[in-house]
Amino acid sequence: MSRVTSLFRRAAIPVLSVVTGLLFGGIVIVLTDFDHLSQIGTDPVGAIGGAIGGVVDAYGAMLSGAFGDPTRILTALQTGDGADIAKAIRPITETLVAAMPLIFAGLAVAISFRAGMFNIGADGQLLLGALGATITAIVLADKVPAPVILVASIGAATVVGGAWGFLPGFLKARTGAHEVITTIMLTYVAKLLVFFALRSPYLRAAGSTSPISKDLTPIVDVPNIINLPGLRLDYGFVVALLMAVAVSWLLFKTTKGFELRAAGFSLSAARYAGMSAGGSMIVAMTLSGALAGMGGGLMVIGTVGQLSLDLSNGIGFNAIALALLAGLRPSGVVLAALLFGALTQGGKLMGVESGIPFDLLFFIMALVIMFVAAPGLIRGMWRIKSKPAAEIEATPASKATPA
Amino acid sequence: MRLELRDITKQFPGVLANDRISISADRGKVLGMLGENGAGKTTLMNILSGLYKPDSGQIFIDGEERTFDDPVAAIRAGVGMVHQHFMLVPVFDVVEAVALGAETVTGFLGTFDRAAARKRIVELSEQYKLEVDPDAKIENLPVGVRQRVEILKALYRHSDILVLDEPSAVLTPYETEELFAIIRSLAAGGTTVIFITHKLNEVLEVADDIVVLRRGRVAGTADPKSATRQQLANLMVGRDVELIVPKGPAKPGDVVLHVENLQVRDDRLEMAVKGVDLEVRAGEIVVIAGVQGNGQTELVEAITGLRPIDSGQITIGGHHTEKSSPRHVSDLGVAHIPEDRGRDGLIDYMTVAENYILDSYHKAPYSRNGIFDLKAVRERAAQGVKDFDIRTPSIDTYAGSLSGGNQQKVVVAREFSVPVQLVLAAQPTRGLDVGSIEYIHRRLIEQRDGGAAILLVSTELDEVLAVGDRIAVMFDGKIVGILAGEDATYENLGLLMGGASFGGGLAA
Repeated sequence: MSRVTSLFRRAAIPVLSVVTGLLFGGIVIVLTDFDHLSQIGTDPVGAIGGAIGGVVDAYGAMLSGAFGDPTRILTALQTGDGADIAKAIRPITETLVAAMPLIFAGLAVAISFRAGMFNIGADGQLLLGALGATITAIVLADKVPAPVILVASIGAATVVGGAWGFLPGFLKARTGAHEVITTIMLTYVAKLLVFFALRSPYLRAAGSTSPISKDLTPIVDVPNIINLPGLRLDYGFVVALLMAVAVSWLLFKTTKGFELRAAGFSLSAARYAGMSAGGSMIVAMTLSGALAGMGGGLMVIGTVGQLSLDLSNGIGFNAIALALLAGLRPSGVVLAALLFGALTQGGKLMGVESGIPFDLLFFIMALVIMFVAAPGLIRGMWRIKSKPAAEIEATPASKATPA
Repeated sequence: MRLELRDITKQFPGVLANDRISISADRGKVLGMLGENGAGKTTLMNILSGLYKPDSGQIFIDGEERTFDDPVAAIRAGVGMVHQHFMLVPVFDVVEAVALGAETVTGFLGTFDRAAARKRIVELSEQYKLEVDPDAKIENLPVGVRQRVEILKALYRHSDILVLDEPSAVLTPYETEELFAIIRSLAAGGTTVIFITHKLNEVLEVADDIVVLRRGRVAGTADPKSATRQQLANLMVGRDVELIVPKGPAKPGDVVLHVENLQVRDDRLEMAVKGVDLEVRAGEIVVIAGVQGNGQTELVEAITGLRPIDSGQITIGGHHTEKSSPRHVSDLGVAHIPEDRGRDGLIDYMTVAENYILDSYHKAPYSRNGIFDLKAVRERAAQGVKDFDIRTPSIDTYAGSLSGGNQQKVVVAREFSVPVQLVLAAQPTRGLDVGSIEYIHRRLIEQRDGGAAILLVSTELDEVLAVGDRIAVMFDGKIVGILAGEDATYENLGLLMGGASFGGGLAA
């Protein structure tokens, strides 16, 4: 089988899941379009047509919310006016901004799942990483040059996040404590630690009564990719892409990655091959936490600019769905994060322009995840043959063990 | 009832699992069905039991054409299956287990009529000499008795055609004899029995007719009164095979593996190996014979460093390894062919190449400073596939999609790809067909003649007798007897495996 066809086969289910999710979303838009549907008795064609038109409008708004309006971008580029260009391309840069932490968290979840560890606590690791970066930045402020603060903050975020991932890995390896429980619980601990830290006047924004840190932008800021007013997209996104490459390299080109994958597929076969199962658990969870922490750090000293309790906003949990949608492949994580970013960004404009509630997006995302989790459903709907499943069926004897 | 399958064809993508297979079995006869793994036996039986639908072909019962849409329809038509892996609820007693799904009920609320069920089960077990205590809990029954419960289950559902899929796999030689007695009495009572196996002795002993499948087709039929094992084996494999790989006398050298008063606990922390003394020398094959579950698994795991020992000594090539890690033991030049290759020996969702380097991935030439040299990996794996004749579409094929024999070849190729001084082979031919068994035996003898010490764990008497230079019989965690290969017979081994020691009398 050529590389291209195997790529298509691999992408078929996720892509069709997205398409199906959007179709169902469209049906819901039609069914809730009471203005048009109320005329179905008198003018059925007009009513249905109007309702379908509503879907087109809504998805059109979503597209331009996520990627910008192409004609507007072209005109702005022709005139060359900075402010116009910034306004025109802002939607797409915001999509990338939203995708950045999702890439980090998605990679974090993917690497842990690959090793057979279910890191449900990326949210907490991300938040604590952000806290580490915030404290580092504020402590070092005005003492060392900004580039040093930048590197130190990202480093601190990575280390703190990694430590928060190490804990459940270590507990599992040493005592068998299940990582699903420990990571969920440690997420609560992380949130309360951040809450506690933000009570300190040293960190809290001056004059604020809510738990929000000082604005870090004057102290340290990840440089922007495009220097135009109103754009937030910075090199944190590039770091995210580099991390995807690094994770892919680690998993498939190094012996450590081989150990992680082997342990993920079969702990007992890994043990029989002389690998240290506990070691793989700890390494995987530490790397996972470090990636999530780095993402959190890049948010507070970059795109977001300050630490608050709702910084993560469930990113760590969405990342689980995202990593599964991506088939636990780093390249897939990037694509899935872009999709999620686009849906969130586009959904905002859709809400404004067509009055369809933003929550419809969660509905669509939830359906997409559900379809990915139930590939049989998608295969049935789109009538695609399942080659791998059939191959397994075709060799029942290979599975029959004792005789 | 007379069963006839006519021109059954079943195509899976890429594989013609059954190609116009026609077989028939008369009422009260035992049809022995022989075939290698992948020959299409399981597919054919799944069609007969309603799990698969054939693409074409017909099923006749007593001359009347039947189609089975699901297993329930097959059961209604009188076809009963006894699977390789028993399907019994451990906490049920025999009556409950047998009646489950076919309960007789009484009264308005439909309560289970236990008394009626029990009565019928007692009648059936008396009629067919299936000795079972109807009130015993399944989990407390030995495997041989559980199998009787499975057979009772089928009879309870009025099965006139009984399919037994590799029924002797889990039985001791004595239990197998008992099973044959049951099969004969079932046949005498009018039941049609289809007996699926790959063991040549068994079909010759119990079948009235033999049909041999190969690559989805009927390769031939044979009459057990006149056929020989060799003929049947050749028919199964499609070429001349050596049932007993020829080997010269052993030339034992220095002691490689020395085990002294070893005690090891099992997963439930109960003592499984109860003071074993054992020596294996370079250039000899020592077979640990015994029925599964008598401490062999724990013994091998302890030697490989996978299981902590309770007390005792283990030395390999003079090194004490009681506290060594599996990797350390492996680095001493110990090859390990694990008992459960699907679970421990291979990773199904990794490729052949990845499995080929599973325990040496961290060494040269495969990796340098923790980074793979993928070219070296691919070259070596391709070489291994060639040298060990592994039938795989490519080295990038998932190991799980290979046949059992080829999976085992991947394990053997990996373990023998480096020089070894000790080979620990735990049931290396379990579930393999004649051709693959011949191959594995040949490789083991090759290693022996190359000067390696071989410790082979086996439950198959044929294998024990074919390759063992010395035979140690293990029962209840102890070595109950050690015989020279030439002194061993089916009879004395069978007695020892059942627990008789040289002191006489039955130990359990």
